[in-house]
Amino acid sequence: MKGFLIDNSKCIGCRACMVACKQWNNLTASKPVFFSGPGYQNPRDLDANNFTLITYNELETGGRMNWVFGNRRCMHCNDPGCASACPVKALEKTPEGAVYWNAWKCIGCRYCMFACPYHIPTFEWRSANPEIRKCTMCYDRMKVGMVPSCAKVCPTGAILFGERADLVAEAESRLRNNPSAYVHQIYGKDEVGGTCVLILSEAPFDQLGYPTDLPKRSLPSYTAQAMEAIPGVVVGLGLVLGITYKLINRRGEVAAAGEKGGRA
Amino acid sequence: MNQLKAIVIALVREFIQFLRTSSVFLRIMMLIFVAGFATILYRYLFGIGAISNLNDAYPWGLWISFDVLCGVALAAGGFTTAGAVHIFGGKKYEPLARPAILTAFLGYLLVIGALWVDLGRPWKIWHPMVLWQPHSVMFEVGWCVMLYTIVLAIEFSPAFFEKFGLEKARNAVRSFYVPGVIAGMILSTLHQSSLGSLFLIVPHKLSPIWWTPILPLMFFVSAVAVGLAMVIFESTIAAKAFKRESEIHLLKDFGRAIPWVLMVYLVMKIGDLVARQQVMLLFEMNGMAVAFWIELLVGILLPIAILTQRDAREDGRILFGAASCVILGVVLNRFNVSMIGMRSQAWQTPYFPHLLEFLVTACVIAAGIIIYAYVVKHFPIWHEAAHSGHSAE
Ligand code: SF4
Ligand code: SF4
Ligand code: SF4
Repeated sequence: MKGFLIDNSKCIGCRACMVACKQWNNLTASKPVFFSGPGYQNPRDLDANNFTLITYNELETGGRMNWVFGNRRCMHCNDPGCASACPVKALEKTPEGAVYWNAWKCIGCRYCMFACPYHIPTFEWRSANPEIRKCTMCYDRMKVGMVPSCAKVCPTGAILFGERADLVAEAESRLRNNPSAYVHQIYGKDEVGGTCVLILSEAPFDQLGYPTDLPKRSLPSYTAQAMEAIPGVVVGLGLVLGITYKLINRRGEVAAAGEKGGRA
Repeated sequence: MNQLKAIVIALVREFIQFLRTSSVFLRIMMLIFVAGFATILYRYLFGIGAISNLNDAYPWGLWISFDVLCGVALAAGGFTTAGAVHIFGGKKYEPLARPAILTAFLGYLLVIGALWVDLGRPWKIWHPMVLWQPHSVMFEVGWCVMLYTIVLAIEFSPAFFEKFGLEKARNAVRSFYVPGVIAGMILSTLHQSSLGSLFLIVPHKLSPIWWTPILPLMFFVSAVAVGLAMVIFESTIAAKAFKRESEIHLLKDFGRAIPWVLMVYLVMKIGDLVARQQVMLLFEMNGMAVAFWIELLVGILLPIAILTQRDAREDGRILFGAASCVILGVVLNRFNVSMIGMRSQAWQTPYFPHLLEFLVTACVIAAGIIIYAYVVKHFPIWHEAAHSGHSAE
């Protein structure tokens, strides 16, 4: 499985990745909006035309105030909540690691958006034929052996693309060799069962807006329990109701012998 | 074929006639329906965002919380009553069965109608039937809606066949009516609980006041309670609105059953909070805690207190009040689970339903009321009509 290692401590906030992503995926520009919060960040959140977002956070690191940049995008979960939620398999985890959305299957129920722990899939709210939009890991580029645009364009190497296993090893070695530069955690190694995007940071992850209260278990495993009970419920309930009907009705027939047959 | 054509023409004529001669109240409902329908057409041109405040942080809003979750819960009177009458030998409650089945049938049709507004690409609504994803709760929900609507159509069909004097068809249905009712009960059990399962996948987003692995079970039990309450609620209103005799002698038994179900629900709710060690959350001063307390006090404890009193049960108005509390409690619960209890991130846009979202929901309700009023007037639904061998045309 492929993935990214995003080292936020290397990010200089140039947003080249955001631009490259727009160019490759033909996303229209969004009008800058004002909102309270971190000064230079725009837009405020991911949307149908922004698959990746550099967040601007003013935080104290190494004893002084600093800009710390975060990177939000689809995490390409190993066992994605969005894909298990989708009733029509419009979202699928590809063998390459990318979680990919198939336009023609999607019915637009938006359960994927609801189920995603990272608030990633977005929707075209103003369209008569709306699509679910999110980072594709540049699946189309991957298919022809090209590196995803954002990784290709990043001037500082903050976005590294490669085999997930190699990236985990690389992240571990960075933490080992330079422990004072990082929070000692590889975000995405274990969250919701692990994700193909791994993130290193110099500031605590919750301060950068990454959800940190996520279970280590994969999210689909929570619903699996309920889904597995279904066949049992069907058979069990069928038997119980059928037998009850037979018993009660036989008694009823004896008691009401002679009475004219009621409506069914 | 000709007969079918004749029936359709007769129905359309009768319905138009019904609309023409309807009361002021129904005319207001028609107005709401037309306004809502226009809004819906506008949405088909300009997107869901054009008529709603739904956003990427809150992909689900009023329509899912009310039209779908509450709609299905409030339709639970259908399977509870059908089960009580046809399976558990409660033959004497038969007069309540047809109205309850009608309400459930209409409820499900309206849920499907609402989905045509809420789904981004409703013309693909049939996709779950062919593109299988058995891991998805939404997939299960889709199948349950479809199959149970078919079962409800079968359960409702005798009234239809009787109206048009189609004896053969009527008898054919009789032969598989009981298996149909059983299938309906199984499907309802699955469907009611699966709506709870939908939220299992967001343990991090839904407040631990409500998120629990037994959410599907709780949805089911509360649906049984609210199903019984709906039968009381609906018959009482129908009696008032259509000036017919109230079925209080039967309804009071439903009132007696409710506290038992509510007590199971209560034990589950409290026991679950204790087991998950989240009781302290209820004593924090915030909107979620308040919402939970209302649900608990008004929706569960109050009706238990009232309905365990014999005198109270036999007083139609008190019975109606208690049933309304149960309904309110379950409606609030569905809102709590799907909207109020949802925790979002600081950077996200908050959500409160747009005025037009309310209008669309009102439109769905208005459609329900109009069709209900028409059907009870022109089909053998109430026992007096059903037994007098009423058959028009
Ligand atoms: S981050 Fe969200 S959208 Fe991306 S794969 Fe995981 S669940 Fe799906
Ligand atoms: S909105 Fe589309 S992709 Fe998302 S869960 Fe629904 S059908 Fe699947
Ligand atoms: S992988 Fe491709 S789609 Fe995803 S953020 Fe990078 S450029 Fe955009």
